[in-house]
Amino acid sequence: MSGAILIRGGRVIDPLRGGDGIADVLVSGGRVEAVGRNIPAGEGVRLIDAAGKVVAPGLIDLHTHLREPGQEDLETVASGAMAAAAGGFTAVCAMPNTDPVTDNQAAVGFIVSQAQRAGKARVYPIGAVSLGQKGQQLAEFGELVGAGAVAVSDDGKPVVSSHLMRTALEYAKTFGIPVADHCEDPTLAQGGAMHEGIVSTRLGLKGIPAAAEEIMVARDIILAELTGGHVHLCHMSTRGSVELIRRAKDRGLRVTAEACPHHFSLTHERCEGYDTNAKMNPPLREPADREAIREGLRDGTIDAIATDHAPHHYDAKEREFDDAPNGIIGLETALGLAITELVEPGLLALPELIRRMSTTPAGIFNLPGGTLAVGAPADVVVFDPAVEWEVRPAAFYSKSRNTPFAGRRLRGRADLTIVRGEVVFERA
Amino acid sequence: MTGLGKDLVGLEPLSAEQIRLILDTAEPFKEVSERAIKKVPALRGKTIVNLFFEASTRTRISFEFAEKRLSADSVNVAASGSSVSKGETLVDTAKNLEAMRIDMVVIRHGASGAAQFLGQRIASNVINAGDGKHEHPTQALLDLLTLRDRFGRIEGLKIAICGDVLHSRVARSNIWGLTKLGAQVAVCGPATLMPRDIESLGVTVIPRIEDAIAWADALNVLRLQLERMTAGFIPSLREYNRVFGVTSERLARAPKELLILHPGPMNRGVEIDSDVADGPHAVILPQVTNGVAVRMAVLYLLAGGAPGPGQAMGGEER
Repeated sequence: MSGAILIRGGRVIDPLRGGDGIADVLVSGGRVEAVGRNIPAGEGVRLIDAAGKVVAPGLIDLHTHLREPGQEDLETVASGAMAAAAGGFTAVCAMPNTDPVTDNQAAVGFIVSQAQRAGKARVYPIGAVSLGQKGQQLAEFGELVGAGAVAVSDDGKPVVSSHLMRTALEYAKTFGIPVADHCEDPTLAQGGAMHEGIVSTRLGLKGIPAAAEEIMVARDIILAELTGGHVHLCHMSTRGSVELIRRAKDRGLRVTAEACPHHFSLTHERCEGYDTNAKMNPPLREPADREAIREGLRDGTIDAIATDHAPHHYDAKEREFDDAPNGIIGLETALGLAITELVEPGLLALPELIRRMSTTPAGIFNLPGGTLAVGAPADVVVFDPAVEWEVRPAAFYSKSRNTPFAGRRLRGRADLTIVRGEVVFERA
Repeated sequence: MTGLGKDLVGLEPLSAEQIRLILDTAEPFKEVSERAIKKVPALRGKTIVNLFFEASTRTRISFEFAEKRLSADSVNVAASGSSVSKGETLVDTAKNLEAMRIDMVVIRHGASGAAQFLGQRIASNVINAGDGKHEHPTQALLDLLTLRDRFGRIEGLKIAICGDVLHSRVARSNIWGLTKLGAQVAVCGPATLMPRDIESLGVTVIPRIEDAIAWADALNVLRLQLERMTAGFIPSLREYNRVFGVTSERLARAPKELLILHPGPMNRGVEIDSDVADGPHAVILPQVTNGVAVRMAVLYLLAGGAPGPGQAMGGEER
């Protein structure tokens, strides 16, 4: 174990304990040792001056694509874990749509060992719902969990069969894990390249109606009620979805939901000019949808902010819009976008933002972290909430560069990230 | 200055003045095709590639005639049988062509946005000969020219665009061109083939063909791709003809005689009946004739030709 670190004079925010004030944080032996005023620096303790900075439990991303195994030219567990650390994340959850699919205990174990070898942000594998993500036969949830999986999902694809979704929700209860669903009715979405609306009509691109998402959200909510299982709804993008979730929560169902920075920052107009860095699934929606996502994050209908970090090669995006792959990277822009788009306009106070990016995600997938309580894992982020910076993809730690935010000026950026009591990222 | 910019990717980005410039420039070029020796030297020494990723007869040949009658050197590249079929990307194909020092690319492609994509990545002029469901600007220009020939104006005309608007690049380019020049535009067809929020483009939706016929001065009848039936957009071609077909019976009930346009190729007996297509009010073949003239005008203007191509016309080769 590493030596002790004393982070002095920062604004310490811990949503779980309700703490928000200037304090010191001492970590030692991989744990939070003490939080308080004027903690004395002992012998050999590394001192970090956090004056003017925020000290918070490390960010936790419930939705990351790390591409390993199978597409290591786009991202690896190591490069993704480094990008995560640079973005202020101390843990990311890796979606199973790798090649081969993470649908068995050996595949889960491989990701765990690659993450340990990298030694940056923690990486929690998410197992597949179905073998090969083919939507037919349940994967071995028990063995997946035994090897380290924290949830199951067929993300990238929806669980089309309502029967399979039902059995997955029922079976997952045994292991206390959620089923994370990519909500999309494939018969409505098929062939779509962007949101169906004014812009798709003008550009002559096949649209994906909001209903394609909302139908599956409604179905999943109904199945959550039927089974008593925990459904986690990935990357919510429409006003209708937010309304459905709000009603489900009012009725006390076990439904949680996440939204991505691009869906609270951008709209389908960003697809003008056929910019393939604005192509993602679910697609960028209309201004009213973006507003609904923001409101959902404000009132807690949307529990968590997740990145859907989806690395793609430059060549793959340098194509006709119809042929380009979906997705953008997000680990290194998420905090800045959240502060710029949600905190600066007054939608979320910083403690609420930390809750949506750390404490609540930890609770949803039952992960360690999300708090700076004494004895909690020493997963800490120190960030400057006021610094203005320009997004320069060339400077990213991610292997990929596909972002629609290049050149955008953002406020707020991680300066230091501590995982298991060790500094894994420090901005020069 | 040509006044058109580097590329012609669509009519949406053009102003009414720019569209009128093309139509006015096309007027003198009509006459070239009526000469015994159908050639002027306007583009002598220019090299043009016709890059067609989708099958096309009419548009490709029309462009080819336009190029030859302007004395340009042109090469046709079809996607099949070229490096494209070996997996080369669109950008690489175009950059390789450009490395051979070409001046213009005429592109037809199945993906919306392909022409703009290309225009942003190569220095040559790019002309969109149809990109996916986006735009087909030269088709709309020849439709505008044909309407102007017959009515003497575009402003104030009532034009109904009938059929599969959802999948039609011809419809979108026509909507932009017509509305910019002051026409009233309606679209008519099955609701399954109407794009979402089409009214935002400044058109009205008329659900029934009888009402469109009663309203319009001219109909632009779109081709119904036969695969729309198997894709579930319409129940059958027979029913389509019975409910939405432009038939002489329906036209006979109109309060006035309507001009009939069709971009071709026609499905006789589906979207249009033969006696209408071959009737006195159809201008389908004059459209094709005008196609060569507007394409000559576009090529000429993008190549840097001055508005009013008087000198280009004078130097006829003999």
